[in-house]
Amino acid sequence: MEKVMVKGTEAIGEAAIRAGCRHFFGYPITPQSELPEYMSKRLPEVGGVFLQTESEVATVNMLYGAACTGTRVMTSTSSPGFSLMMEGVSYMACAQLPAVFVNVVRGGPGLGDIQPAQGDYWQATKGGGHGDYKLIVLAPSTVQEAVDLTVLAFDLADKYRTPTLILADGLLGQMMEPVTFPEFRDLSTLPDHSSWAMTGAKDREPHIITSFDIDPYILEKMNLELVEKYKEIEKNEVRWEEFMTEDAEIVITAFGTVARIAKSVVEMARKDGIKVGLFRPITVWPYPYEPLKKLTEKVDLFFDVEMNMGQMLEDVKLAIGDKKPVAFYSRMGGVVPTPTEIYEALKKEIGRRV
Amino acid sequence: MRKLLYKMPESLSGKEFTYCPGCHHGIVHRLVAEVIDELGIREKTLVVAPIGCSVFAYQFFNMDGTIAAHGRAPAVATGMKRARPDLYVFTYQGDGDLAAIGTAEIMHAANRGEKITTIFINNAIYGMTGGQMAPTTLLGMKTTTTPYGRDAQKDGYPMHMCEFLKEAKGVAYLARTKVTTPQDVEKTKKAIKKAFLAQIKGIGFGMVEVLSTCPTNWGMDPISAMKWLEEKMVPEYPLGIFVDKVGDEK
Amino acid sequence: MRFIFAGFGGQGVMLMGQILAYAGMIEGKNVTWMPSYGPEMRGGTANCTVVVSDGPVASPVVDKAEVVVAMNIPSMIKFQDFLTENGFFFLNKSVIDREPDRKDGIKIYKLECNEIADKLGNLKVANMVMLGAVIGATKIVSKESVFKALEKKLTGKKAELIEINKLAIEEGMKKVSEQ
Repeated sequence: MEKVMVKGTEAIGEAAIRAGCRHFFGYPITPQSELPEYMSKRLPEVGGVFLQTESEVATVNMLYGAACTGTRVMTSTSSPGFSLMMEGVSYMACAQLPAVFVNVVRGGPGLGDIQPAQGDYWQATKGGGHGDYKLIVLAPSTVQEAVDLTVLAFDLADKYRTPTLILADGLLGQMMEPVTFPEFRDLSTLPDHSSWAMTGAKDREPHIITSFDIDPYILEKMNLELVEKYKEIEKNEVRWEEFMTEDAEIVITAFGTVARIAKSVVEMARKDGIKVGLFRPITVWPYPYEPLKKLTEKVDLFFDVEMNMGQMLEDVKLAIGDKKPVAFYSRMGGVVPTPTEIYEALKKEIGRRV
Repeated sequence: MRKLLYKMPESLSGKEFTYCPGCHHGIVHRLVAEVIDELGIREKTLVVAPIGCSVFAYQFFNMDGTIAAHGRAPAVATGMKRARPDLYVFTYQGDGDLAAIGTAEIMHAANRGEKITTIFINNAIYGMTGGQMAPTTLLGMKTTTTPYGRDAQKDGYPMHMCEFLKEAKGVAYLARTKVTTPQDVEKTKKAIKKAFLAQIKGIGFGMVEVLSTCPTNWGMDPISAMKWLEEKMVPEYPLGIFVDKVGDEK
Repeated sequence: MRFIFAGFGGQGVMLMGQILAYAGMIEGKNVTWMPSYGPEMRGGTANCTVVVSDGPVASPVVDKAEVVVAMNIPSMIKFQDFLTENGFFFLNKSVIDREPDRKDGIKIYKLECNEIADKLGNLKVANMVMLGAVIGATKIVSKESVFKALEKKLTGKKAELIEINKLAIEEGMKKVSEQ
C-alpha cells in the first residue's frame, strides 16, 4: 500500500473506517475536532453514520445504544469531554458492550489548556468511572502506531466485549507522518454478535442488555464474570516495546508521545557512551509489569518520564518494587519536554548517584 | 363456540408488574404492548427503560431491551436507531428522568426529529427514590424535599415538557393524556399508536405524556389519587394534542 | 535534519513544512511534521517543526534545529538560539528589517520573498520562494520531489496554483544560489 501523510487524528479516523466502523458520535473539543470533522466527511462516503451530539454525555449513551445493536462504533474526545463520558463508560463496561473511545489528552486538571499532556493516565487505567471495571488502554507513540492500534482496539473490543480506549495526546493528534493504511475490512467478516445483540426478538427469546441487577448475589456474579475476563486480557494482551535495553544500565520508562521523545534521549546518551535504553508500554492496561520487572536483573536505574505528576510512575514502582531505584522527571500543564531537557535531568540524576 | 375477547398482549412478557397498587404504569405498559401488537412490530421493536420506578420495564415487555443511564434514554435510542434504522425503538421515561436530568437529551432528540417514540410518565414526583420534588411537582405540593410545599421563588415552576417540545420542528406527534377513565385510556392508546406511527412512517419524533398517579408517594389511596390528578394536575397540565403530522389512519 | 518554519499565521509556514515533509516521504525518507497549535494560530505567530531523516524519527519535538526559517521578526528572535553550529538561518528580508543577534558559526540567507512573489504575480507564494531557497541551500530533497509534493497537496480548485508555486520554488532556488 502507498504511504500517505496524515494528521494523527485523521489517521485514527481512517483506520477506524477501514476496521469496519460505520458509526461515529462526537462533540467538538480541541485538540481533536479534526477527527469528528474527518468522520463527518468520510463516513457518508462509505454508507456510515456521523452524528454531532449535544454533549459528551449524550455521545457516550449513543455509543451505548449503537453498541447494543452489535455494530462497530466509535467516539473521540479530549480530557474534559472524557470525564463527562465516565458514567456511560462504566455502564458499557458492565453491560459488556464493545466500542472504541479516543481520548486526545490535553493539559488539566479542570479546564486546563489545549496542549498535549498525559494527566488522564489514572482515569484511563485505574477506573475513572464508578465501580469495578477496566478498559483496555492502548497508547500509541507514532501516527502509524495510532493506525495499527485503532484497528486492534476494535478487534479487542469485539473479542472481549469491552470498551477500549486509545490514549493519545494533542501532539500525536496534531502531527503528520507518513502512514500505510490497512485494507478495508469486509464487513461480512466482522465478529458475529447475534447471540447477544439487540436486533429484534424474532423467533428467539428477548436479548436483554443491562449493567444492572437488584439482587446483589447476581450482581456479584456479573462482577466475577468481568474479573475473569480481565484476567484473560491480562494474560493475552500485554504489549510493550523495548529499545536498546539489551545492554542498558539505565532504562527510561515512558508511554505515548513522551516515549518517542525519550528515544532521542537514548540516542543522545549512547553518543556520550552512557548505556541507556527505553521501556515503552503499548498497553497501559493491561500493564506490562512482568517484562519491566525482568529488566531489574541487569538495570541499575530506572528513569520514568511523563507529562503528569507521576501517574504511570505508580505502575513502574509496582513492577520494580524495591529492587532498583526509580527516578522521575516530568512536565505538566501541556508543556512538552524536549530531548535536551530530559537528558540534562537524566545526567543530573546519574551525577547524584555516582 | 367460544370467542377470545381479552388476553394478555404478546408484547408483554407475562412477568408480574412490581408497581404499587393504584399506580398507572401498569395501564400504560399494557397500552404500549397492545399498540405494538396491533402494529405487528414486536419482533422489530427495542425498548429502552429509564432509571426510575419503570427501571424494570425491560422485564415486562417481551422484546429486546436495555436500561439507559438516568435521563439518557433518548440518546441510547438515537444510537440504536441510527445503527439500525430498520428497527423501531421506544423509550419509557418518568418525569425526573425526562424533565430534569435528561432535558438536553429529550430536547435534542426531538429537535433532530429522531425517529423514535417516547412514553413520558408525569406523576409530579420522584417515585423510586422516595417522593422527592420532581420538575413537574405542582406549586405548594409537599414532597420529601419540599416539606413546606413547592415554592416558585425557591424551586421554580412546574415544567411543561409538551409546551416546550411543541416548538421543535423535528416533532411529528406530541400529546398529553391521562388514564383515569376508560375513555381516557382509549384516547391514550390512540395517542401512543400515533406516536409509533410517526416513527414507522419515518416522519419524526413522537411522544405521549401521560399524567399519572403515585398514590404511595402522594400519600393517598388510589381513588383519591385519581381525583387529585383530575382536580390538581389537569388544570396545570392541560390535555391535548400539541403536534400531529401523522394524520388520520386509513 | 531538523527544520523549524515560523512566521505570522497566514504566511503559509505550515504548508512550507508540509510540502517539505511530503517531498521527504516521496524520496523514501522518514519524516514528521508537527505544528504549534492553539489560539495563537489565528492571526498570531505560527510555527511547525519538520524532521527529515534516513532512520526512524525518534522525537518530533526538537530543541535544536539545523535549519530555522523565520518569516517575521518575532520568529527570528524566538528561534535563533535553536540553531545548531553551522546551521542554516533563512530570513524573509521583505518583513525582517534588522539583523539577528545570532550570527557567528551559522549560514544566513536573506531573501525578499514578498517582492519576488509579487513579481511572479501572487504574494501568497512568498512561502514557496523561501522553501525553494531552503531546498536549494540544504539539498535536503530534490526540486522534483517538491513539485510532486505540490501536485499531491494542491488538488481540486487549488490545482491551478501548482504552476505559480513551482515558479516560486525555482525562483527561490535561483536567488539562494546567487548568495
